[in-house]
Amino acid sequence: MDAIVDILLAVSFWTAAVRIATPLIFGTLGELICERAGVLNLGIEGIFTVGAMAGWMAVYQGLGLWGGVFVAVGTGMGFGLIHAGFTVGLGVSQHVTGIGITLLASSAAYFTYRTVLPDVNTPPRIEPFQQLPIPLLSDIPLLGPALFSQTALTYLAFGSVVVVAFVLYRTPLGLAVRAVGENPAAAEAQGISVVAVRTGAVAVGSGFMALGGAFLTMSAFNAFFFEMVGGRGWICIALVVFASWRPGKALLGAFLFGAFDAFQVRLQQSIGAAIPYQIFLMLPYLLSILALILVSRRAAYPRALMVPYRKGER
Amino acid sequence: MRLEPRQDVGLVLLVAAPAGAIVAALVLAAIPLAFAQVSLLDAYRLMATGALGGQFAITETLTRATPLILTGLAVTAAFRARLWNIGAEGQLYAGAMAAVLVASHAWIDSSLVMIAVMLLTGAAAGALLLIVPTLLKTRLGVDEVVTTLLLNFVVLLFVSMMLEGPLQDPMSMGWPQSEPIAAIAELPDLIARTRLHVGFILALIAALALWLVINRTRWGFEMRAVGANVDAARFAGMPVGRVMLLTAVLSGGLAGLAGVGEVAGVRGYLALDLSPGFGYTGIVVAMLAQLNPLGVVASAIFIAAIFVGADSMGRALGVSSYIADLVVAFALLAMLVAGLVTRYRLRRG
Repeated sequence: MDAIVDILLAVSFWTAAVRIATPLIFGTLGELICERAGVLNLGIEGIFTVGAMAGWMAVYQGLGLWGGVFVAVGTGMGFGLIHAGFTVGLGVSQHVTGIGITLLASSAAYFTYRTVLPDVNTPPRIEPFQQLPIPLLSDIPLLGPALFSQTALTYLAFGSVVVVAFVLYRTPLGLAVRAVGENPAAAEAQGISVVAVRTGAVAVGSGFMALGGAFLTMSAFNAFFFEMVGGRGWICIALVVFASWRPGKALLGAFLFGAFDAFQVRLQQSIGAAIPYQIFLMLPYLLSILALILVSRRAAYPRALMVPYRKGER
Repeated sequence: MRLEPRQDVGLVLLVAAPAGAIVAALVLAAIPLAFAQVSLLDAYRLMATGALGGQFAITETLTRATPLILTGLAVTAAFRARLWNIGAEGQLYAGAMAAVLVASHAWIDSSLVMIAVMLLTGAAAGALLLIVPTLLKTRLGVDEVVTTLLLNFVVLLFVSMMLEGPLQDPMSMGWPQSEPIAAIAELPDLIARTRLHVGFILALIAALALWLVINRTRWGFEMRAVGANVDAARFAGMPVGRVMLLTAVLSGGLAGLAGVGEVAGVRGYLALDLSPGFGYTGIVVAMLAQLNPLGVVASAIFIAAIFVGADSMGRALGVSSYIADLVVAFALLAMLVAGLVTRYRLRRG
């Protein structure tokens, strides 16, 4: 019991929770934008991977950290446009396209990495984003350092939640996105181009996903590893359902997840070798499944999710 | 311009569509090959000879195709009923682990009994793994895409735990791998001094059997009906939940068999690198075959040829073997377009 209290009172625990949550915030927001417009984006896992690689590679080639962020987002949006071309333009299966984009994006990332660095065994490191403590706020005990002594990308994630929520609920653009996800025929009748709005949403959402990947290489691990994304994309899809497609709840879900993950790592350290480490590594995946089970019964999916829209076709 | 559904799809189009997709994928492969700065002509030639030039190459390709046929069939069965099983990878490992559990010691003198029990347990393990997310889907409305995907990670970690614990071979000097299975449980080689094993024939039989089930039985009819329109099927009085469950048993079982085949036919033991993504590639195999079990055989052999050919080309020219994954991804996306062409025609106005 004391061990648990010690964990919860340590600054490092809360800091780690926020750090683990950051890529999930980006990914969940990105998936949420796509799904709100009616498109399930199973390309997320691959777009995470390619974002991680592209951002890292750009910095490694001397483009600077923010240059890397732009390259990552641009690459992610590019794959998002391919996804949209298939699912929105052609209206083919969103499941299969998504798996195809994940295959394409992750193998493109690995292929590029191996082609540029054929004989590298230890992944080269880059100088990552540094901690940027915000004066005064970061002095608050416990939560201050956790929330306000992070890197620029974490602040960007917080800001994105506010911006996405604002755009989604307070602007005509957001209304259009929600409309094409709920009732595309009615939206079209209002003069909204379903194809344009959905394509835009998938591209922007994919940009966010790539940002989540870029955080991994540019702010967390400082290098690119094979299989480094490790299912984070799939976890984001579960988090979107958990968050009932709302940005604020997505933030909360990502935090809860981050806290749980940080907690299990510390618990593992204090319990020691009594329980195989794999059990702890399984927990995040099992937790995601459990979260899905708990909310699925009353999940209010966007009504046109996974329904392709072809003008004039019923 | 608009799309209009075709009334009937001719056989020519059914074969031309995947062929076109394959050509498109190979043409698109020129982009990464050019990026790797190798001669395109050499690359394609080496890929072709590496996959199909000579007995060794061909048996390697067929060996590689064996698990892909089975995972391709697993995906075909599930997708026909619109059960989005993306967990064939995990089901494969579950089957492989079950094979090691029942066949690491010869407990009976009959090779046939050993192999039969091993195949059945492996299939049961794969099926069991898919039953859970299927029940969650039919009973609680939990989306099976995410659950099957996440279970892949859980299973792999579980296998890793077993291979560092109770299943670890004491002679492996600390490597996470299992004891080899008993010699009488090994699937015999089809051709001496090659890796091609009886599992390939079993996979062919499985393809034929699945074709018969889907096209010639009441159960297959119900699977297709549920896949075509679940509400209509329910309205017609079909037991949708039970159909889904049977589909899950079939699909998970086939994926489990793929794992048994790799352990008992190729490796002889279980390790964490048993499958280089056979479960995920099964999705591409199934889509290229347009969810036709007999087509799965052809598309699995093609995909296997890409992997074997790219491996050998990559070694010769120093190109990353991820080129094969790229070609497979291209093929899947091209097939989505080709599938659209077979189902619709473009009309002006």
